Amino acid sequence: MGFRPIANTRSATGVTTGKLAIWWLLSSEIVIFGGLLGAYVMHRIGHPEWANQSVHTNTMLGTLNTFILLSSSLSAVLAHREAELKNGPGAAKFLGLTILGAIGFLVVKSFEWSNEIAHGYTITASTFWSFYYTAAGIHGLHVIIGACIMGFIAYQANKGEDLHRVELVGLYWHFVDIVWIFLFPLLYIAK
Amino acid sequence: MAADAAHAHDEHHVHPQSFYVKIWAGLLVLLVISVLGPELGYKWVTLVTAFGIALVKAFVVMKYFMHLDLEPKMIWYILAGSLVLMGQYFFGVAADVMNHEGTNWENVAAKAEIARGLAAGDGHGGHGGGHGDDGHGAEAGHGAEAGHGTEAGHGTEPAHGGGH
Repeated sequence: MGFRPIANTRSATGVTTGKLAIWWLLSSEIVIFGGLLGAYVMHRIGHPEWANQSVHTNTMLGTLNTFILLSSSLSAVLAHREAELKNGPGAAKFLGLTILGAIGFLVVKSFEWSNEIAHGYTITASTFWSFYYTAAGIHGLHVIIGACIMGFIAYQANKGEDLHRVELVGLYWHFVDIVWIFLFPLLYIAK
Repeated sequence: MAADAAHAHDEHHVHPQSFYVKIWAGLLVLLVISVLGPELGYKWVTLVTAFGIALVKAFVVMKYFMHLDLEPKMIWYILAGSLVLMGQYFFGVAADVMNHEGTNWENVAAKAEIARGLAAGDGHGGHGGGHGDDGHGAEAGHGAEAGHGTEAGHGTEPAHGGGH
């Protein structure tokens, strides 16, 4: 059981051009987020006092956002499935659901950050909070960018154009989900 | 040849929607376990349920949502290259960041920052600890103090170098 690629022209490497570009992008993202999270892990181990700060992150909202992102990954892969079946409007519908998930994630995040900032836990409050806002902020930026690109691709898919792009943006979105899967225990669980 | 490889998946079929819903449900079960793990109160259980399950969740997303197992080896090599670079960075730097003293050197500023942070933390304990939405303005004040400690932490590098 598996998937049949939609775009398979200009394939000198066995990988379609667009998909190869996405994998290169994601590999560069691994270095970006890997460096950031690696730095966090080493500082967290080397600075036991960070535990006093990390207890103030809101596990419930972090869990809710994890649920939202996992669900949006489901809708992203279902959009890919519809694209494989050449059902452009169906793919657009599921991409729309994924965008809703992105919006929901950002709304929860804005509530969470507003509350923390109101209590004085700002990006300059301590090194822990600096890491917290930087990591979650860069991730949030990826969510925003992903949602915008998905909107464009959903518009095209609805007209039945460039359906292979549904898979490509899906790959990007699943990566954003994976980054959060690691951010969640680092920032919300390991207290 | 390469084009043939690109067509190699032609014989495969599309999964039904229910397949992906089941994967998603499994991910949610893992999420619940990772959240409940710390409630048991054992540090090692928390580490396993938090980071072990994060690895499993990432694997599931890569295999079933990204279909990485269907990609040619070239993609794996690209991703592996990034992971190697990440590991090189971590293991090259971690020894200096995670330790605050060694042979003929001591990171005085880092130690002072830890002491300040732990002292501020005791103050938090006096308030009964809790989460960020407890509404203790005083706690936020402690956070700011820790921030001053961080600024002192910028002095870590000179102190580090001087200690050699």
